[in-house]
Amino acid sequence: MRSELELYGVNPGISDQLHVWGWEIPVYLFLGGLAAGLMVLSGASVLTGRTERWRFTNSVGPLIGFVALVVGMGALFLDLEYKLHVFRFYTAFKVASPMSWGSWILVLVFPAMLLGAFSFGTWRRPIAILNVVLGSALGIYTGILLGALGARPFWNSGVLGPLFLASGISAAAALIHMAAGSEDERRALAKVDVVALGIEAVLLALLVIQLATGGEASRRAADLVLGGPFTAPFWVLVVLLGIVLPLVIQGLAIARRIHHTAWGPALVLFGGLALRTVIVYAGQVSEWRGY
Amino acid sequence: MRLEIKRRTFLAGSMAAAAAALVSGCSRPLQNVAGAPARRRVPTYCEVCFWKCGAFAHVVGDEVVFLEGNPATPINNGRLCARGNAGVGFLNDPDRLRCPMRRTGPRGSGKFEEISWDEANAEIAAKLQEIAGVHGPEAVALFFHGSAGKYFTHLLKAYGSPNFAQPSYAQCRGPRDEGYRLTFGTGLGSPEPTDIENARFILLIGSHLGENMHLLQAQEFSEAVARGAHVAVADPRFSVAASKARWWLPVRPGSDQALLLALIHVVLEEGLYDREFVERHAIGLEELRAGVKDKDPEWAEFRTDIRAATIREVAREMAKAKPAVLIHPGRHATWYGNDVQRARAMAILTALMGAWGREGGILVPHAMKVAKVGPMPAYPESNRPPADGAGTKFPFATDGIASEMREATRTGDPYPVKAWIVSGTNLIKTLPNTAETLEAIAKLDLLVSVDILPSEIVAHSDYVLPECTYLERWDAFNNPAFKRPFVAVRAPAVDPRFDTRSAWDIALGLGQAMGLGAYFPFATQEDELREQAKASGLDWDALLRDGAIVARETGGTTESPVFDTPSGKIELFSRQLLDAGFDPVPLFYETPPPPDGFARLIYGRAPMHSFGRTQNNRYLSELMAENAAWIAPGLAERWGVRDGQKVVLENQDGATTTAVRVRVTERIREDAVYMVNGFGHHAPGMRRADERGAADSDLITRYEVDPHMGGTGMRVNFVRPATA
Amino acid sequence: MRYAMVVDMKRCVGCAACVVACQVENDVPEGHCRDWIAQETRGTFPDLALEIRSERCNQCTAAPCVPQCPTGASHIAEGGVVLVHKHLCTGCKACVAGCPYDARYVHPDGYIDKCTFCIHRVREGRLPACVSTCPTFAMHFGDLDDPASEVSRLLASGRAVKVNHPETGAKPNVFFLV
Repeated sequence: MRSELELYGVNPGISDQLHVWGWEIPVYLFLGGLAAGLMVLSGASVLTGRTERWRFTNSVGPLIGFVALVVGMGALFLDLEYKLHVFRFYTAFKVASPMSWGSWILVLVFPAMLLGAFSFGTWRRPIAILNVVLGSALGIYTGILLGALGARPFWNSGVLGPLFLASGISAAAALIHMAAGSEDERRALAKVDVVALGIEAVLLALLVIQLATGGEASRRAADLVLGGPFTAPFWVLVVLLGIVLPLVIQGLAIARRIHHTAWGPALVLFGGLALRTVIVYAGQVSEWRGY
Repeated sequence: MRLEIKRRTFLAGSMAAAAAALVSGCSRPLQNVAGAPARRRVPTYCEVCFWKCGAFAHVVGDEVVFLEGNPATPINNGRLCARGNAGVGFLNDPDRLRCPMRRTGPRGSGKFEEISWDEANAEIAAKLQEIAGVHGPEAVALFFHGSAGKYFTHLLKAYGSPNFAQPSYAQCRGPRDEGYRLTFGTGLGSPEPTDIENARFILLIGSHLGENMHLLQAQEFSEAVARGAHVAVADPRFSVAASKARWWLPVRPGSDQALLLALIHVVLEEGLYDREFVERHAIGLEELRAGVKDKDPEWAEFRTDIRAATIREVAREMAKAKPAVLIHPGRHATWYGNDVQRARAMAILTALMGAWGREGGILVPHAMKVAKVGPMPAYPESNRPPADGAGTKFPFATDGIASEMREATRTGDPYPVKAWIVSGTNLIKTLPNTAETLEAIAKLDLLVSVDILPSEIVAHSDYVLPECTYLERWDAFNNPAFKRPFVAVRAPAVDPRFDTRSAWDIALGLGQAMGLGAYFPFATQEDELREQAKASGLDWDALLRDGAIVARETGGTTESPVFDTPSGKIELFSRQLLDAGFDPVPLFYETPPPPDGFARLIYGRAPMHSFGRTQNNRYLSELMAENAAWIAPGLAERWGVRDGQKVVLENQDGATTTAVRVRVTERIREDAVYMVNGFGHHAPGMRRADERGAADSDLITRYEVDPHMGGTGMRVNFVRPATA
Repeated sequence: MRYAMVVDMKRCVGCAACVVACQVENDVPEGHCRDWIAQETRGTFPDLALEIRSERCNQCTAAPCVPQCPTGASHIAEGGVVLVHKHLCTGCKACVAGCPYDARYVHPDGYIDKCTFCIHRVREGRLPACVSTCPTFAMHFGDLDDPASEVSRLLASGRAVKVNHPETGAKPNVFFLV
């Protein structure tokens, strides 16, 4: 029995444990990541000369991204406590605020996605570059936003941005693999997915290792998934079901040991949502206070 | 989420009142902050506890928007505690009583119908006349607490009853006052004349200053600590005061007397007492020496669990600081039934330190005079002595004994008591052994309660008279004996809400209905107060502008103290105690320990609550909505309970209370369980408070009566998790 | 001008007057508070120590919440006090998540709220409500840039001083005298 803390005067959802962001944020992060991945893949398909072979990716993908992002932003809007003031995001640009960056990026990506879907001729290349750049920004900025909130040790890592982007690309690839018409395209995107999943796994491992080898608050944050209350959701839902299993299933399918099915990509999509849910919830629980 | 309050619109009345108030200088408009509505500042004094801190209510329209301490009143020096700040919570409590009520269902059912004041006064008066006719006016008893008490005491004296009791005497500070009276010739009263801030050594026996938030006591205690005073705290619990002490003495509960006698022993044996003071002012030193001869620190160590070396160290350090030594007399002294003798030991130690009438010790302050005004007839002589045995069965009781008043009602001995008027005290939670209270109530023909909230006693009443809060009324001047004497005024900040009235007005109405109008020569309390101010030479306008008039000189120290004892001296040895068959010099008696598997129930204060009267206050219940049972880790393990678990506790008689949250803590001994007093209400009308936390009062079924003055020692109950 | 508070923990008894005074003065909605009492017990029976702190927004010099705000609602005002322009706040809660001290809360009306050092009183030359009510005179407020101010003198008095979690790098301006 080493230390007891009593508080007289508490704000619920703040003082005991922080919980101000609920399901809306992981849903937005997932749909935003998906849209980002679709943008990057659409641009990449053009820039690597696969415009015809990956038709779905560069002409339908961005439109799916558009719809996903609209829904995602709807979730974001629902999270606001003062919804009537939503226009205030657009009466200012705060260079030090990743959220301000994000609100403006969100404005720019919609025309980019439309342009990406309907571009032609010499416009294709520059628009593809635009989609890769804006898509990457869309995918990464949320990780930077969380990482900038130093009060939450669980999020204190530069790995979060690339992790979200890799996860977004993997989700986009999985979606295209499920939905594209051409079998070639589907096979190709399954390979992209496997690579993205691999990168995602490495980045996730780096996140946990970095947290576990950091300072005291950082180690306590790592403990949340290494024995603490988020251990099961993290290892079972995010790692096993969301990364390892689809990696194995899709790997086997690519090696033609089994048929391609919807299981792999479905698990990837589920895993993308699970990843962001665990990160958003665990991050809020993590804190500097040591008891 | 703001709570909605339905209010009778007094628009015309309140405008007129505001205008009149401005004209009379009752309030002063504040500097108008740009855009902010104009504020009035009305002087008052707080009523949430009994310290009566001076305050100003900031009023906008007919809302009190802020309360601030009055810098002029020396009992708080401009500050207010959490409860004082939360005063608006009482004013705006949606559960407030609104209207006089008459019982329609059986007592305790809480079924009432609203009636008018005229009806209430007429019916109560008729009932009281009936009772006087059959049993005599002595058959009516008054239980009271707080500012309202004096008006009902006056009413009952006019009626011819000798029976009044404040539970704060026999259930709280009575044994302490009598112990000091037997030694020094005067009780200590309230506010206690302690010069804490100038003390260089403070000994607290169980007093948890800082959690016990009588403001100036905590203020001066902090000041003394800041100035480097040495503090020793004897408490089975690591209180906030203990955390600021040089010595925390986790005494075995019940053994404080052993500690005190050992300290006296060391002081005498090593010649550390103030010889000159004792020689000049005290008698009985040799008898005292003989009495504590065998009470050495080793003897005490065995009984208190405090190391002998520590006891010696404390005694020596204490003596180095004399005479600026404060053995704090405490306040709630009704612990084990031998409490007068414990107070005697504390008083004796004070005398040995020469700390009477001197800076840093116990002062002998005066009060500013406030004249009585009238004219009114003399009170009728009462045919019989009080029913509680004060002065007779309990020879050293100088005030009404509430528990004995109850006993007389219950048994009819010495004579029947058939009616109770209860003002400002929730007897159900105040008197030990609630079953006896209910038995007594069953014997009554009439129970009238005057209250602000639908507390437990209200549910058992025949008539309920709704009092307004202190922010809605005048009250008698507050002019206590104090080192810096003063007179403070309470003026109404807003009009009484709903159909509530001030206790002064309630007493007036009842008095007139009872044909005692001659004893109420004034039409309003304001009239009476103005007359008093005039008769006392107090500037009314200054009073209402500054909230208080303060004497220029501080006082309380004297090198020629006068002792109103039989010998005229400090009685270290008390002949009158011996003659009455009691120990003339305090002795030590073992307090029976808890039976196997049980721990002693001890209780105390939290600074955001005042016993059972604050749990329904919106601000204060947010700070602490429930109490917890403090249990040491070793005891928790033996009992198989975990931190945060809700447990039903039962006592040695099988009595239980509502489930309470367990707080496993290092801050308490393994033989005691502590909880903050006042929770565990069974009052559905008090929606915030009802059934929250546990009621120590439910678990206090056993009590030890102090034969000196009838005090009820209540720390003699033992608890364990309910086995059923 | 750099406003700061000094809390003398030797004097503080944890009575929570500061909590209620603030709630009444600032019309804090029910169920919420802008300041609070933290009581920390360390040790094992009978060697125990109790630290009592009156806590609130630390009005940090390097406030991690202000840069997060996408609309400029959270901003630094005179004396380094961190305030929220209600009319600009969208309730996105980035600032709430960004505060290492649990100082901010969501007001039921939709904006983010917290201690303002009672800047409306300070501008009139008065003290914050909590400081002015403290029964044991444990709370002090003033300008750190003025060496003669109470807070400056207390911090230079030689008594040990601590802040909450200095490792956050936020540079809090609520100091605790040990």
